[in-house]
Amino acid sequence: MSLCLQARQLACERDDRWLFEGLDLDIQSGEIVRIEGPNGSGKTTLLKILSGQLTDYRGELYWNGEPMRQAREHFLANLLYLGHAPGVKAGLSPLENLAWYQALSGEKGSEPAREAALAAVGLAGFEDVPAGQLSAGQQRRVALARLTLTPRALWVLDEPFTAIDRQGVAALEAQLVAHAQSGGCVLVTTHHALTESPVLRRIQLG
Amino acid sequence: MQRSHAQLSTPEMAMHAPQGGLLVAIKATLKRDLTLMLRRRGEVLNPLVFFALVITLFPIGISPDPELLASIAPGLFWVAALLAALLSLDSLFRSDYDDGSLEQLLLAPQPLAALGLAKVAVHWLLTGLPLALMAPLLGIMLSLPAGSYAVLALSLALGTASLSLIGAIGAALTVGLARGGVLLSLLVLPLYIPVLIFGAGAVQAAIFGEGIAAHLAILGALLALALMLAPWAIAASLRISING
Repeated sequence: MSLCLQARQLACERDDRWLFEGLDLDIQSGEIVRIEGPNGSGKTTLLKILSGQLTDYRGELYWNGEPMRQAREHFLANLLYLGHAPGVKAGLSPLENLAWYQALSGEKGSEPAREAALAAVGLAGFEDVPAGQLSAGQQRRVALARLTLTPRALWVLDEPFTAIDRQGVAALEAQLVAHAQSGGCVLVTTHHALTESPVLRRIQLG
Repeated sequence: MQRSHAQLSTPEMAMHAPQGGLLVAIKATLKRDLTLMLRRRGEVLNPLVFFALVITLFPIGISPDPELLASIAPGLFWVAALLAALLSLDSLFRSDYDDGSLEQLLLAPQPLAALGLAKVAVHWLLTGLPLALMAPLLGIMLSLPAGSYAVLALSLALGTASLSLIGAIGAALTVGLARGGVLLSLLVLPLYIPVLIFGAGAVQAAIFGEGIAAHLAILGALLALALMLAPWAIAASLRISING
């Protein structure tokens, strides 16, 4: 079964200004869809609408052909959303943070798997340091470790490259392409120049 | 052209059906919040110290006369407990909102009401329950009659659970506001009044040796009602706050 997220005549208004109007989107397996636009053009708002967080919009959303309202549970079970804020608790260690996220999706997970996921994002040796003592880039990496830890078909990533160093950016880009090529789907906003790839598609806002 | 080519050549990725695991999620949320709070001891101790200070200062400020103290003690305990609970409510969802974990909580494939209830349970375990356990000790300072200590602790334990549940609705509604503290108090104080009346009533009845069953039963009924309705209200309020 391949995934498919559709938006029809999507429109959103903020402070008496239309961020976007009449937006039609078809997002399918095997794609990286990059939302582009200047600051304040509604990229984050669009991602929040498409990930089912905001409800004050006009238009319709469909998940695999079903209206989002009815398919919401199935949609959430296949979604991994990383927002502007990394969602990493400063008072917990990276391992504890990941354990909670795994449990939220209903799996107990295992400690070795979490350690491996942290090692994959270059945080080996930082497993038990309180996340508050890590740098901004390292905190972002803790959040990114969820991409390897929790297999989900649809990734919605809001500025995932923020505060990540050059090697990290290259590794993450490769990970996004690999995810799309293995049948997943990535929806991303970034100001970072992504390398051209046959799976990359752009959508311009504003 | 390129796009369709890419699609043709890609393998299919397994989709997940919504699965259970609610118990795992609730247990992990309880554990996470308890760990977090126990690592910030100052925040946990704040309402308890406030409660102890208010109760200790009253006999000094008014009069050490046991009869007078016994007559004001029920109201005093309950008002102090109510304010102490209110004091700690503002931070219930605040840090989760600030660091982005609240939006992750809302996107979890689990019922938000249940996860919200887990957070409220932790709040009660670390404020309401310690307040109730501390109260008999402070009761000695107000020279309460011997038979009333158990009722005092029990009524506070029951009542503060309702206070945590009701207060969490207000905390969820105001979490998106920069200074929601005052608004939070205004929102939840009217709803606290019934709990205050019957809680203080139970302690008063115990001090004067009257029947306490009715008061405690009503406190229990209020708690049952709050347990049934508050989780849904908390979930809805959190969604409104995230939308704003």
